[in-house]
Amino acid sequence: MQAPAIQLSGSYHIDGTCLFAPIDMTLPAGEWTCVLGRSGVGKSTILRLIAGVRCEGDFQGEITASDGLPLVGRVSVMAQSDLLLPWLSVLENTVLGARLRGEVPDLQRAGNLLEWVGLARHAGKKPDSLSGGMRQRTALARTLMEDRPVVLLDEPFSALDAGTRADMQDLAAGLLKDKTVLLVTHDPAEAVRLGHQIIVLTADAAQPWTPPSLPPIRDQYAPETVECQAQLLAHLRRAQ
Amino acid sequence: MMRLRYAFAAAGFTLLLWQGIVWITGVPPFILPSPVRVGQAAYANRVLIAENAWVTACEVGLALIIGTVLGAITAVRLAASPRLHRLLTPMLIFTQAVPVFALAPILTLWFGYGIASKVVMAVLIIYFPVTSAFYDGLTRVPAGILDMARTMGGTERQIMRRIKIPHALPSLGTGLKLAAVYAPIGAVIGEWVGASKGLGYLMLLANGRAKTDLMFASLFTLAIMTLLLHVAVTKVSDRLSRY
Repeated sequence: MQAPAIQLSGSYHIDGTCLFAPIDMTLPAGEWTCVLGRSGVGKSTILRLIAGVRCEGDFQGEITASDGLPLVGRVSVMAQSDLLLPWLSVLENTVLGARLRGEVPDLQRAGNLLEWVGLARHAGKKPDSLSGGMRQRTALARTLMEDRPVVLLDEPFSALDAGTRADMQDLAAGLLKDKTVLLVTHDPAEAVRLGHQIIVLTADAAQPWTPPSLPPIRDQYAPETVECQAQLLAHLRRAQ
Repeated sequence: MMRLRYAFAAAGFTLLLWQGIVWITGVPPFILPSPVRVGQAAYANRVLIAENAWVTACEVGLALIIGTVLGAITAVRLAASPRLHRLLTPMLIFTQAVPVFALAPILTLWFGYGIASKVVMAVLIIYFPVTSAFYDGLTRVPAGILDMARTMGGTERQIMRRIKIPHALPSLGTGLKLAAVYAPIGAVIGEWVGASKGLGYLMLLANGRAKTDLMFASLFTLAIMTLLLHVAVTKVSDRLSRY
């Protein structure tokens, strides 16, 4: 399935209070868009709107895909919390989507995905016996198993230690290649490392931020990457 | 093991205290028999007690099964339909406001002196705690998991089966533990109102004939049965909670 670009334009209000003013945002097809901004500015709300899950407030605007088809059934979400079901094994968690749709899961493919994320030996284990990094890798395998062209990531690596986070970024960037990805993050380094496009969200606008000229996934020690991170961080601090 | 040792020590102490009070006060056996006398009565009437205990055990067992199945089905239905929940919950709460014990004579009238009226009585008592506890578990699934399941295209039926019910099993276990304690009370009250068998009937019979030692023996048998049932249900409940 070809990944479409996604266009979001509109404003969002909760109980009459504006969360963000009319904004325009495009997620380019087959690329990573990283959204940053202070807490409560509406980053996760944008993600939820695209995912089509219930929101407390009122969205005035529209969300469209470049191919003109509805987004329902073409989006998968990976959250900060791994959302693994503790009574299921790693393998069963990976094929949860198929089970919930009443389909027969492709266990062969699930096994291959677990191999890719380095969990083949742990397929039979329950989430309780896994480390934080392993749990997030299981969640990544579950997201990949859905094989949706649009993937929404809501701070999925923020609870991991620095080393595991970098490993997970490498893994996700490799495995989610060619998909239209929206990554909500608080970490400028993560955005600069992974984003084809970087957007800083404020209450008034969705401002694009020019990423380094090198393509993702970028060397975090490259002078241009370091410089961009520093400037982005300074900008975020000013924006607050 | 340590807990068991403390329980035996506490029981031994209570028996000694009881025996001491009987010795010191010289209270007549038809008012308060000594534990030794109760033990003798229990041994002498062991067949009679066992026969009646079996009847009560059957009533309690049947009530537990029926009450749990009915309660679980109701909870799933209520959780699946918010409209049904809004409609039925006030009725369920109202039924709890009616003292179920007051219904015992009517139940005996409707279902007779046999086992059925006692089973219905016990079912009425355990139905609400089971329903309430299980419903609570079914509706407390983290919103993030439900959002994810819906994004995946999960059907409500499969979400109930594969997420909500497994998530709520520990809550069902909590309801079952309460039910295990309440069910014998329901059965015995049913037997008091009208029965020809069962420990409640035997207690009433012994009391009427001033056989207080037999009444105590029946009471202890009932207490031991309830404890054993509680232990068994706790084991099942722990298994439900172990993911």
